[in-house]
Amino acid sequence: MRPVLEIDGLSVEFASARGPVAAVNDLSFAIGEGETVALVGESGSGKSTAAMAILRLIASPPGRVVKGRVLFEGVDLLGLSPADLRKVRGDRIGMIFQDPMMALNPVYTVARQIAEVLEVHRGLAGRAALDEVVSLLRLVGVPAPETRAGQYPHNLSGGMRQRVMIAMALECKPRLLIADEPTTALDVTVQAQVLRLIEDLKSRLGMSVLLITHDMGVVSQSAHRVVVMYAGRKVEEGATRDLFAAPRHPYTQGLLRAARRARADDGTLWEIRGTVPSPHAMPPGCGFAPRCDCARAACAAAVPELTRTADGHEVRCIVAAEGAA
Amino acid sequence: MTDLAAFWVRFRTNRPAVAGLAVLAVVLVMAAIGPTLYPTDPFDMVGRPFLPPFGAYPLGTDVAGRDILAGILHGARISLMIGIMASFGATVFGVAVGAVAGYYGGWLDNLLMRLTDFFLTIPSFVLAVVLVAIFSPDIVTIVLAIATVSWPSVARLARGEFIAHRQREYVLGCRALGMRDREIILFQIMPNALPPVVVVGSLTVATAILTESGLSFLGLGDPNLVSWGYMIGVARTVLRSAWWMAAIPGLMILITVLAINLVGEGLNDALNPRLRQR
Repeated sequence: MRPVLEIDGLSVEFASARGPVAAVNDLSFAIGEGETVALVGESGSGKSTAAMAILRLIASPPGRVVKGRVLFEGVDLLGLSPADLRKVRGDRIGMIFQDPMMALNPVYTVARQIAEVLEVHRGLAGRAALDEVVSLLRLVGVPAPETRAGQYPHNLSGGMRQRVMIAMALECKPRLLIADEPTTALDVTVQAQVLRLIEDLKSRLGMSVLLITHDMGVVSQSAHRVVVMYAGRKVEEGATRDLFAAPRHPYTQGLLRAARRARADDGTLWEIRGTVPSPHAMPPGCGFAPRCDCARAACAAAVPELTRTADGHEVRCIVAAEGAA
Repeated sequence: MTDLAAFWVRFRTNRPAVAGLAVLAVVLVMAAIGPTLYPTDPFDMVGRPFLPPFGAYPLGTDVAGRDILAGILHGARISLMIGIMASFGATVFGVAVGAVAGYYGGWLDNLLMRLTDFFLTIPSFVLAVVLVAIFSPDIVTIVLAIATVSWPSVARLARGEFIAHRQREYVLGCRALGMRDREIILFQIMPNALPPVVVVGSLTVATAILTESGLSFLGLGDPNLVSWGYMIGVARTVLRSAWWMAAIPGLMILITVLAINLVGEGLNDALNPRLRQR
């Protein structure tokens, strides 16, 4: 099966006063047809940067894709002309953002913003566009869509706004939806509704989903496969069930332990000690070594290679690779 | 419509601004229909020079025996027109420069902002004098000269607004939806960035009227048109013997500029999102 999206050796750098900083380093993964892949990692792991790089949304300067390819349906998005890229954006690939308040233009009504996409990609305007807007709002479960369509973003609740964002991302029935922390800004009950909505629309429209999140609960609910990122690199990839049952990388193990609200010996919530190393002072070896309990001398020497195990699981860790061999 | 109504409610709470708006309305009506109701040609010698006000002519006559009331009414039209056209031109050009510089950033921003700085470092009135003196002093040149010295501050403000909005997620969203830069600048960011620009633009009208008066005072006004500044310029040699000749148009400039400033402040309060009650 040919993947819908294939990211191959993607590296993104940001210029800073202290020289270029690698935000994403040699990232590769693929998303199959109808598949939901979760990109997981803590703040600063490069997961959002990677997602933005797919649609070339990284502000340049200071950001720059140094190398790699982003193949969407076999075409490298990084090499497209601006005009061809616009045809992909919003039409073939939809994107939703973390904060639905900030992601809607405060001066326009909901209807106008949704209709704009129809105008850009479908040449639809006027009455026909408005009808389409109302039916879209109904599709994403906005109650009283006729009334809501005429309202402004600040009249809507957070969950409502995220539904509007989803409607905007999905109105052209894209092949791929990139959801950048779609539930982070929402409260827990609404989170579940929004995830269910995405799941439901995914199967209805037959699209693939790239879900960017730091919430392991969200991952276990909706993803088929998980890519774990740490300090700009992929450290582990595997089927969700495998990864949750038997995480190989010490970082993934730590993430899951923290997500399950495990208690440390003294009764406090368990946590991964330390913080992500500053991108300016990245250790020469494994980025996680300074925080890792099983680190040994070899870990600090060089960045470990990705090791692929028999079941298609990938892990970037010397210790885990030895255990598997 | 509801937006406009909400705006009016906020604007109305500002008493000085409402007063300014009322005065401004009177001046505008005066400029619009005054010359029709009082068709005396302001360049006609109608009587003896130096007639004091409240005699045969309501506001007296000037050094050449011209009717001062006719000058005030016809001059209102010219002074306001120059002020509005010059500040409109300055605002449009300034916003265009600021929008492009702020949205694209990088070398383009550097280039445009250094150009803006260049204009800002030259005292604006002196530059206006030089421009009018080089070209012929007619109304088009004067409008262009005033616009030329007024756009940089608008450009700086618009640039700041565009930089602030460029990084907002809705702009990212628009790009992710496949919109062109042009569409994003004109239809997405512009309405968000406009309120402070409208305020500065309205205040620029006041400055433009003052600049035009200054130019006319120095004899650099359009010799075929009467403006308030021109009237003061004519009266300056007789300031001690016939003070009202300069005082009347001077008072008109004062009232109009004050009214525009009050309205501008009121617009600022009413349009400023930080002061908005939701």
